[in-house]
Amino acid sequence: MAADSALLLSLVEEYVSGLQDSKAKDTATAVKNGEFTVLQLVEALGLSLTSSQPHTRARGVQLLSEVLHECYGGLTEKEVEVLLVFYENRLKDHHVITPPVLQGLRALTKCTVLPPGSAVSMLRSLFQDVHVQSLMLTERAYVYNMLINLMAIREAELKGLGPDFVFGFVQSMDGERDPRNLLLAFQIAKGIVLRGYDLGKFTEELFEVTSCYFPIDFSPPPNDPHGITREELILTLRDVLTGTPRFAEFLLPLIIEKLDSDVQSAKLDSLQTLTACVSQYEHKDLAEFLEGLWASLRREVFQTSSEKIESAGLATVTAITSCLSRSVLNSDSEDSLNTFLELVLKDCKHHLCEPDLKLVWPSAKLLQAACSASFRASCVITAAIMPSLIEQYTNRAQCSQRRTLLEVVQKFIQSVKTCQTSESEDSVFVAFRPSLCSMVFSALTETNSSLQVTACSVLTSLAQQPGLLLDSDIELAVDHLTRLLLTEQDHTVSVAVVECAGALAELHPAAFISNFIPRLKTEMFSEPIDQDNNKAESEQLSHHAVRQRCLSALAAVSIKPSVVQESTPVLLQVLSAAHTGGFSVEELVLACRSLQRIAEQVPDSEETGRCFHDVIIPRLLSLALQAALQGEDGNRSPLLEEAVLTSMVPIISTSCSRLQPTLALQTASRAVSLFLDGDVSFLPDNSFPSNIQLLKQQHSWTQSQMVCLLMGCVCSLPRSVEVPRVDELLSALEEMSCSVLHPLSYTSAAKCLSGLLNKKPHGDSLDSRIHSTMKRVCSELDSSSSSVHTQAFTLMIWVAKALLLRYHPLFTTLTDKLFSLLDDAALGPLAADGFSLLMSDSPDILNRGCHADVRIMYRQRFFSENSAKLVQGFNAAPQEKKPNFLKALSNIVNKLPKQVQLTELPALLSLLLEALSCPDLGVQLSTLSCLQPVLVDPPPSLIQQLEALIGRLLALTGSPDMEVRISSLRCIHAVSQFPEHEILPVRARVLRALARPLDDRKRLVRREAVHARNDWFLVGS
Amino acid sequence: MSGGTTLENANPVIFQRSGERLLADTDADEDVHDPIDDREIFDLIRSINDPEHPLSLEELNVLEQVRVKVNDAESSVDVQFTPTIPHCSMATLIGLSIKVKLLRSLPERFKIDVSITPGTHASEEAVNKQLADKERVAAALENSSLLEVVNQCLTNKST
Repeated sequence: MAADSALLLSLVEEYVSGLQDSKAKDTATAVKNGEFTVLQLVEALGLSLTSSQPHTRARGVQLLSEVLHECYGGLTEKEVEVLLVFYENRLKDHHVITPPVLQGLRALTKCTVLPPGSAVSMLRSLFQDVHVQSLMLTERAYVYNMLINLMAIREAELKGLGPDFVFGFVQSMDGERDPRNLLLAFQIAKGIVLRGYDLGKFTEELFEVTSCYFPIDFSPPPNDPHGITREELILTLRDVLTGTPRFAEFLLPLIIEKLDSDVQSAKLDSLQTLTACVSQYEHKDLAEFLEGLWASLRREVFQTSSEKIESAGLATVTAITSCLSRSVLNSDSEDSLNTFLELVLKDCKHHLCEPDLKLVWPSAKLLQAACSASFRASCVITAAIMPSLIEQYTNRAQCSQRRTLLEVVQKFIQSVKTCQTSESEDSVFVAFRPSLCSMVFSALTETNSSLQVTACSVLTSLAQQPGLLLDSDIELAVDHLTRLLLTEQDHTVSVAVVECAGALAELHPAAFISNFIPRLKTEMFSEPIDQDNNKAESEQLSHHAVRQRCLSALAAVSIKPSVVQESTPVLLQVLSAAHTGGFSVEELVLACRSLQRIAEQVPDSEETGRCFHDVIIPRLLSLALQAALQGEDGNRSPLLEEAVLTSMVPIISTSCSRLQPTLALQTASRAVSLFLDGDVSFLPDNSFPSNIQLLKQQHSWTQSQMVCLLMGCVCSLPRSVEVPRVDELLSALEEMSCSVLHPLSYTSAAKCLSGLLNKKPHGDSLDSRIHSTMKRVCSELDSSSSSVHTQAFTLMIWVAKALLLRYHPLFTTLTDKLFSLLDDAALGPLAADGFSLLMSDSPDILNRGCHADVRIMYRQRFFSENSAKLVQGFNAAPQEKKPNFLKALSNIVNKLPKQVQLTELPALLSLLLEALSCPDLGVQLSTLSCLQPVLVDPPPSLIQQLEALIGRLLALTGSPDMEVRISSLRCIHAVSQFPEHEILPVRARVLRALARPLDDRKRLVRREAVHARNDWFLVGS
Repeated sequence: MSGGTTLENANPVIFQRSGERLLADTDADEDVHDPIDDREIFDLIRSINDPEHPLSLEELNVLEQVRVKVNDAESSVDVQFTPTIPHCSMATLIGLSIKVKLLRSLPERFKIDVSITPGTHASEEAVNKQLADKERVAAALENSSLLEVVNQCLTNKST
């Protein structure tokens, strides 16, 4: 014990007289470890604490405070009480002692055993004896932290202090300038305001002392070590100012004043603060300022130069209106909502009568902002606005004016939609339904296309108002839509009509089943009259266009199962009619697309599942088979065309992947038995021969290419569904893909095989299957006499992709083979392109939509495992083979996610720059397209290579290929957004060099050159 | 622009913007030479911002395609613009912006004339003279504050 106290004394001595700061830490550690108690420390400090030298006393107190700072957790209530009395007394001591005293007090405020009443006494002495703003930065922070700590644990006691606490705080923070401390002070103020401390008569003082910082204008120093941002300050201060309605009378005039500011950020902050505060306010807080607020808001929206401010202003109008609508009115108070809306209407309504002028839109937006706030507001505003809008529409003859009016009406309908909550309320437009309908229908009969387009979207918005349109209105609307669809040539109109029909059909299917679909069907199957003379040619063209529109409209309206039941037979009928030659290939493809779109958008139900699996898919297979058996000679069916056949695949794969797994399995097993055994029993119109062997066709391409339909059936099933007879299937497909000569057939067989391999469960059977396939592929590729190099290569690439996606360990052997092929004279370029296939998503197979086993980040993995090999291969390759490696590399890098590109780029940059100067156009293009996204957010390594980059890019602007010229100009354009100080040195050179492409022979190139050159001119201004 | 100041013409008539130029089949054909035509020149300048309003010169009808004439073979461009009001104090600035945009976007061989549509501005002649005077244009662009205003008009709003 004696030794201990000697040690303690020496520690104290060294700290106090020896001024060795590190001893405080040692002492604290010792106290924590239980070597001394705090009491012993105080005893040991005795002499220093009673010294006549203020500096010695300060040093003594500081040691105690530092120790307490570390060990406050172990103190007992009694100890705390004694220490507090001591510290409070020290506050009256010499001013040099104040800082360590505050430090000690802050430590004590963290004690959970703070005796009752001590918080009050501590604060009383603090507010009485200390002038906070004459302290240093850190000591002021001690005070704020003390307050924060006490507010957290002794809220009730502080509230007992009443307004004195608020006053004390106000005095403490008055004049604070450091942002770090301000943040703390704002937090305290926020606590005071939000947790219901009694502000008493100091409301205004508290407001003044905080609001003098509004709007915050602070930009952190560069390399800011404290990490205080302007946003943080703005948000905390906003919380304080908007925290209580009691500030309303002070805050609102302040905001009105600040909105006059010329500084954009100040305006924005004011508007956002206003929006935030009115959510707390009631109408009586706002009443007297409404006029002033409205004047400022109107000005901001009418004369705005920035969209941000405009939308902030509109949000504020909405917030104010909803605040006023929310308030409960007394019988004697006037309705401030009406007062406000009257102001808005007075200033905005007349602008709606001048649809040519600029202010029509800001006025409409303001009214709509108010309208969207509440049901009551929307009633008032629509009642005031709609009659005059409708009247004007009838009186104005110019299309552009009518269109503006219609657009305004539409925005109103949409803005009302957002605030209607209860179903029972009638739409606010009920009173205007007849006139709105007649307005829309008359616009639909106009000849002006933009008017028609707008009318379509108004119609959609009207239909979405619950219970607004009557059945007779819908029928009339469907009539109009049908007429436009069948007669209107303009592409934008038909797109709008189709979209509108889709939206209406979802809500009112009956009218479409009874009217729309039958009329479309009649129109599509009607033969254009007079096929011989010249006039017929244009007629046929327009007939083709009508059919196209009908086909896409049929897809758009088919969302409800009841409509699907009616629309899909029509589409199937189109496909069946193909045999007799009634429809062109393009139309058939469109019909397939429409079926695919329906399969994508219908709800997954038993009904729709049966429709697709039991009717549509068997029918498609049967049609394709009929066409295939007819053969290629003579009158060959358009269903044999690759375009038609491949567009049937997604219909099948979409239905198998998302509609009714059990039915999908049935479809798959039917398809398997059709392709393996020639089982045609499930096909409709069954008049097929019994000896069909679709997978063993060496010579008839019409039959062998049907394998792509098999792919659709078996490769997109959910992984829980097991494909029947999968091994038999795999052998047959492998054989087929290595023997058939027809490209679509062997590619589809390879894809189908890879789709099955990708989902086949792990195990020996999978491994042996892969080994045998690889053996087959390698032997074909290695034998120079083989005639099926391309076939074998295709199979290899697809198998490689299937394995890459699921991280199969055997993948590496395939990559090695692929890399070795880059050196191959014949297959080298093909291999380089193969990398692009490996890295990209294929639309029809091996994607997540087909439930394929796709591991996340497989691209990154492939890249990180193989980039070194590529670089090595590049360096070792002879000059004429180098382009293959560059192409492979840029194919890979191109598909990598941007984050990975950015991290990998430094290592690859020199190679990519080399690729830019490689004479191969393909390599140049793919490198440029890989560079362009990276240039948008350039990594430092790229900026270092700026000279080399610019030089090569500028050289490419003279390329003979226009795509290369365009891409290089885009890249140069992107460079103009680099940090200014980096690119300023090359500005003059770039501007000179860009003068030449301004006179390019191709307009598209000139356009890019103009964009790039103009933005380079802006560099440095 | 903001605060208490009022605009010279606070509620101007607004005109519709023409859409993007439609691509012709020949645009992608490497062998076809596309001459510089009126529409191309108009596309260069129609999106210039008005110095006062957040609107383009096309929307205010200051620029119309019929008042843009180009002769690619003789390398000459003639653009006439129409101020929204006869006393518009911004006329010179607008003219200068158009001229600068064309100087930056056209090959050097072109002779560029920018003038006010006859009879639409009070001090038409004076403005035209200023815009035609090469030295004065060059001198104006040496003035950094003026250049900044011009660049503001030429900055792409969409970016």
